[in-house]
Amino acid sequence: MRRSPKPVIVAMAVAAAAATIAACSSSSGTSAGSGSSASSSAGGRVTLSWWNNATADPLKGIWVSAITAFHTAHPSVTIQNVPHQNEFFKTNMPIALKSNNPPDIYQQWGGGAEATQVQSGKLADLTQYVSGWIGTLGKAAAGWQVSGKQYGVPYDQHVVGFWYRKDLFAKAGITTPPTTIPQLESVNAKLRAHGITPIGLGGQAQWPDAFWWEYFAVRECSTSVIQQGMSSSSLSAPCYSKATKDLTAFLATNPFESGFNAVAAQSSPTSSAGMLANGKVAMELQGDWEPGEAKGDTTDKNIDSKLGWFAFPAVPGGQGDPSSVLGGGDGWSCTTGAAEPACAQFLQYIDSTEVQKQLVTQASIGLPANPAAESAITSPAVKAAAQAHDTAAYVAVYFDQALPTDPGLALDAAIANFFAGKGSNSAIINSVSSSSGH
Amino acid sequence: MARAESTQDRGAVRLAAGPEIISGPAAAGAPPKQRSARRKRIELTILLGPPLILFIGFVFVPMIFAIWYSLYNWNGYGPLSDFIGLQNYQGVVTGSVFHQALLHNIIIAVLSVVIQLPISIGLALLLNRRMRGQAAMRLAVFTPYVLSQATSAVMWSMLLSHGGPVDSLLKSAGLAALIHFWLASTSLVLYTLFFVVTWQFIGFGIVLLLAGLQGIPPELREAAAIDGASSWQITRRIMLPLLGPTIRIWIFLAVIGSLQLFDIVWIMTLGGPANASQTMLTYLYFNGAERTQFGYGATVSVVLFIISFVFALAYQRYALRRDTAGAVTRAVG
Repeated sequence: MRRSPKPVIVAMAVAAAAATIAACSSSSGTSAGSGSSASSSAGGRVTLSWWNNATADPLKGIWVSAITAFHTAHPSVTIQNVPHQNEFFKTNMPIALKSNNPPDIYQQWGGGAEATQVQSGKLADLTQYVSGWIGTLGKAAAGWQVSGKQYGVPYDQHVVGFWYRKDLFAKAGITTPPTTIPQLESVNAKLRAHGITPIGLGGQAQWPDAFWWEYFAVRECSTSVIQQGMSSSSLSAPCYSKATKDLTAFLATNPFESGFNAVAAQSSPTSSAGMLANGKVAMELQGDWEPGEAKGDTTDKNIDSKLGWFAFPAVPGGQGDPSSVLGGGDGWSCTTGAAEPACAQFLQYIDSTEVQKQLVTQASIGLPANPAAESAITSPAVKAAAQAHDTAAYVAVYFDQALPTDPGLALDAAIANFFAGKGSNSAIINSVSSSSGH
Repeated sequence: MARAESTQDRGAVRLAAGPEIISGPAAAGAPPKQRSARRKRIELTILLGPPLILFIGFVFVPMIFAIWYSLYNWNGYGPLSDFIGLQNYQGVVTGSVFHQALLHNIIIAVLSVVIQLPISIGLALLLNRRMRGQAAMRLAVFTPYVLSQATSAVMWSMLLSHGGPVDSLLKSAGLAALIHFWLASTSLVLYTLFFVVTWQFIGFGIVLLLAGLQGIPPELREAAAIDGASSWQITRRIMLPLLGPTIRIWIFLAVIGSLQLFDIVWIMTLGGPANASQTMLTYLYFNGAERTQFGYGATVSVVLFIISFVFALAYQRYALRRDTAGAVTRAVG
C-alpha cells in the first residue's frame, strides 16, 4: 500500500507509537538489546529491529511468520518486529536516523525520498551484499538505488491505472475500455448519459490529483525528458506545460464526482475507493492497491469480480511511449552497523519466491517485487495491471517520490490547487525548482 | 465579585496567615522571621522544583532548539550546516499561504468570541435553572467535548460528505436549496470547520460558565427579585457582571485554542482545498514535517509562539488584570 491516509488511524499514530515504544522498552531485557532499535551482536548472535508499517493482518502475520522461518534457518539472527503506523515513517524517520540507535531495517519507498535520507549517513550501502540475487527482481530494484548504489530493496511493485466497474460499463453499453483520451472522454459522456458519474477522485489527499497530471506528463514527455526532469528537479521542458494543457481540457469535460476536492482517497465508503466499491462511480485512476482498498469499503462480497483494469489512455501526439506506466513500490533500507550482511540476508529471504507468493495470495499486495511470484496472482484485473507493468517501455516513479521530498510534495500541492481552480501551469512548473510554494 | 475572586481572597488570607501560625512554636530557636523565611524557601523548592524541571526540559529547552533550527536550511537528515540567518523568517512573514493561514486563525478566533460566547452564555443561563432533566441536558451539551477530536472529525467528515447524511436530511426537510459543498468549496470550508469546532468545544464553555454561575450567591438574586427586578434585569445587571471573570478566562482560552487549531482541520481537510482551510499549525506541519523542511517548520513555530505569547501577555495585562490583581499582588508581596 502506497499511503494510508486513514484519518482515525493517522491521529492514533502518536498513541500507537507511544505504545510501541513502551512495549519495546519493557521487552528489552531479553538478549543483549538495550532498546527497541539497537542491533546487538554478542558471540556472533545478532538481533535486528525491524520497523515496518504492517500494523494489521494479513501483512503483519506474514511478517511474523517470515521472522520465525528466517530465525529457524539462521539461528544466530533474531528479528524484532516493530510495526508502526504508515504516517509515522514520514515524520519520525528524520529523528530516528539522527539518533544513535536507528532501526536496523525500516520501511523505504525509494526514489528521491531515499536519496534525502542517504544524506543522514546512516543508510547502509547494500550493493555488495545483494549483487548475487538483486538481478532476479528485474528493473524493479533500480528505484531503490541512489547514484548507482543499492541503499534499499523493494518487496513489492505498484502500477497506477484505471480500475473500472465492468457492470456499470455494460449498463452504459461500453464494450471495450478506451485506449486514447478522446475515447475516454466519449466513454465519460456515455456514462453521464446513463446517470453514472464517470470517474472517482480522492482530491483531499492531493497525490491522487497528482497522478493525473503526472500521467499526462508521462504521455507527453519522452522517457529521457522525464528521467532528466526528476534527477534535476526541473519541469521546464515544454512537454510538461503540454500536460497541464491536456489536463485543463480534460477537466473541462467534468469527468469527476462533484465535490472531489474534499473526498478522501481511501478507507471509508465515502472515499473515492469506497465510491468505486459501491458503484457510485464507474472508474478511478489508482494504484494496484485499489482492489484491496475497495474490499474494505463495501459489503459487496463479489467486488473483485466486478473490477476490470485498463492502462492510462494514449495522448495523441505525445512523445511518451503509450506503454509507459506510472508506479512505485514498497521496500526496505538497512542502517549502517555490524549487522549489514544479516540484514541483507533477511531482505533476500523476503524477496524469495516463497514469501513473495504469500504476499500475493494472502496480503493481496498487488505486484510482487520478484516476478517469479506473479503466477500466484488470481484476479484478472490485477493480472492485467501486472502485465502492463512488466511490458512497460518505462516505469516512471510517482513524481512526488522520484523527486526529493520537499519539491515532490510542493508539486502535489500545486497540482491539487490547480484541481481546486486556484492554480496555474506556472505554479505547477515552478513548484519543484524552488522551495517556494510556502 | 463572584466565586473566583472570593476563592482568591481566601487563598490570600491563608497564605498571609501561614507564616504567623508557624512562627509561634519556632520562636524559641532562630529569630522567627529568619526561620520562617528558610522554611518558605524549602516549601517553594519542593513545590516548584518538579514542575520547573519539567518546564525547562519540555518547554524552554525545545524552544531554544526551535529558535536555533530556525536559522538554518535543514531537512532533518544531514548536519546543521547551512546557516541562512533570518531567511526563513523572511519566507514566513512574506509567504502568501502563511498570511492566509494566519487570517484563518484570526477569523476562527473572532467567530469564537462573537458566536460561541453568546451561545455558551445563553445555554449556561438556561441550564443553570432548576428544571426537570437538568443533569441529562448538561451531560448532552458536554458530551462532544469528551469525544476525541479525531473521532468527531472523522464523524463529521462522513456526515458532511457530498450527498451524505446532512445533505439527505436537508433534502427530506425540503431545504435542498441549502445543500452546499461543505468541505469542497474553498469559500465555505473554513466556516464548516468552525461549525464542527463549535460543536466540539461549546460544552467546555458551558461547563466553565455554569461553574461561574454556581458561584454567584443566590441571595443576590433573591434580594433583587424582592426589590422588584425583572428576570431580564437580574440577568443583565447582576448575573452577567458577576460572570465577568469567567467570561474573560473563556475568551483567553478560546483565542489561544483558535490560534493552535490543528487536529480537526488536519483530519477533515488537510488544510485544503487549495489552502482554503490552512491554519498556522497545519501550515507548520505540512511545510515542516511532511516536506521535511525542519528549519522552516521551526521558524513557523517560533512565529506562532511569538503571536500566542504576545496575545497572552497583552491579555493578562489589560483584560485579566482586574481578576488576578488581588491574588497575585498579595501572594507575592
